[in-house]
Amino acid sequence: MASVYGNDFGARAETSSDEPQSFLDLLAGEGRVEPRDEMPDAYRRTLVRQIAQHAHSEIIGMQPEGNWISRAPSLRRKAILMAKVQDEAGHGLYLYAAAETLGVDRADLLDQLHDGRQKYSSIFNYPTLTWADVGAIGWLVDGAAIVNQVPLCRCSYGPYARAMVRVCKEESFHQRQGFEILHTLSHGTPAQRAMAQDAVDRYWWPSLMMFGPPDDDSPNSAQSMAWGIKRFSNDDLRQRFVDMTVPQAEALGLTLPDPEIRWNEERGHYDFGEVDFTELFEVIKGHGPCNAQRMSHRVRAHEDGAWAREAASAYAQKQAQKQAEKQLVRTEGAA
Amino acid sequence: MREWPLWEVFVRSRRGLSHVHVGSLHAPDAEMALRNARDLYTRRQEGVSLWVVPAAEIVASTPDQGAAFFDPADDKVYRHPTFYDVPEGVEHL
Ligand SMILES: [Fe+2]
Ligand SMILES: [Fe+2]
Repeated sequence: MASVYGNDFGARAETSSDEPQSFLDLLAGEGRVEPRDEMPDAYRRTLVRQIAQHAHSEIIGMQPEGNWISRAPSLRRKAILMAKVQDEAGHGLYLYAAAETLGVDRADLLDQLHDGRQKYSSIFNYPTLTWADVGAIGWLVDGAAIVNQVPLCRCSYGPYARAMVRVCKEESFHQRQGFEILHTLSHGTPAQRAMAQDAVDRYWWPSLMMFGPPDDDSPNSAQSMAWGIKRFSNDDLRQRFVDMTVPQAEALGLTLPDPEIRWNEERGHYDFGEVDFTELFEVIKGHGPCNAQRMSHRVRAHEDGAWAREAASAYAQKQAQKQAEKQLVRTEGAA
Repeated sequence: MREWPLWEVFVRSRRGLSHVHVGSLHAPDAEMALRNARDLYTRRQEGVSLWVVPAAEIVASTPDQGAAFFDPADDKVYRHPTFYDVPEGVEHL
């Protein structure tokens, strides 16, 4: 099972035969399903998996950019990058909270991330080799994430939709700061320009893969659409992203590494070359450049933070005990 | 973390408005819940005041009793001003 932002795809499609009437009525009326409503088990399981994998993507996504915080070229860029990475942590937390409304525990979801039972977006298994990569991630990766996430603001499950509204509001600065980094580099020295072009060359195709496999190879999509979780097909969203991005690349003065990109008057869209999905599936299987590094870093960070969680628990316990003792003295005094 | 309670977070976005539910978080105690809520839900000046409430303390109506629970209001259209006929020409009513 693998997932990209707000997308769920894999070999085993969840379907359900026994759907409560109240649930069907809600969907038919474009209503929102709320946590305590009756819902089919398969709908609940699909949402838990998708929201959890979305949450995991947000927090793993902190790593490639976090890699450049200490080496940002100016204080301004450093402050911006810290704010962006902090936002991604926030997105993860909004999403874990949304998943928990379905009756799961965040700690269990993290366990499943750490032992590999649940995945995160494969885009974060690519390395950030230069400062320009931070720009390319903001512009292309956050850009693709926005295209995926905006329709999820109308997702049939209320808490997921509301989390997405918050996330989307915050994403637009992410994309702009990335664009600005690339714009500055592409109008700088020849070396800076080359660095920007190289980053775009490496991030373009993986960004297109973020939308998932082509529609005819996307077994879960039909059920997700019937449930109102997914609103547009993978290929439609990918096309939307290409149409948005090509003119922006022109404004940057950078080329996208696809000679087949050209405006198709008839379709009213840009044509583009075929995405190599064997690469996507290889990365999902764990053979991307940074899979092992991302996971070991994540697990280490979690283990290194154990003492802080324990200390907070101990402090809370001690305070509660003190409070109880005070209470006791007061009641005894009154008697 | 596993045993940290869940807190529901409410934000007053500006003076004159009510606190509105924005989401939830885990924290070991009320003070940490407030601090975490500030960092998580008000990073862009979204609020001037925060409430955190232990989720376990919230009493809620259930969706399946929903229809029956709220139906006393269904047949009382006369509670709305549009129910009444006002003669032509009468103003400020
Ligand atoms: Fe995000
Ligand atoms: Fe982002």
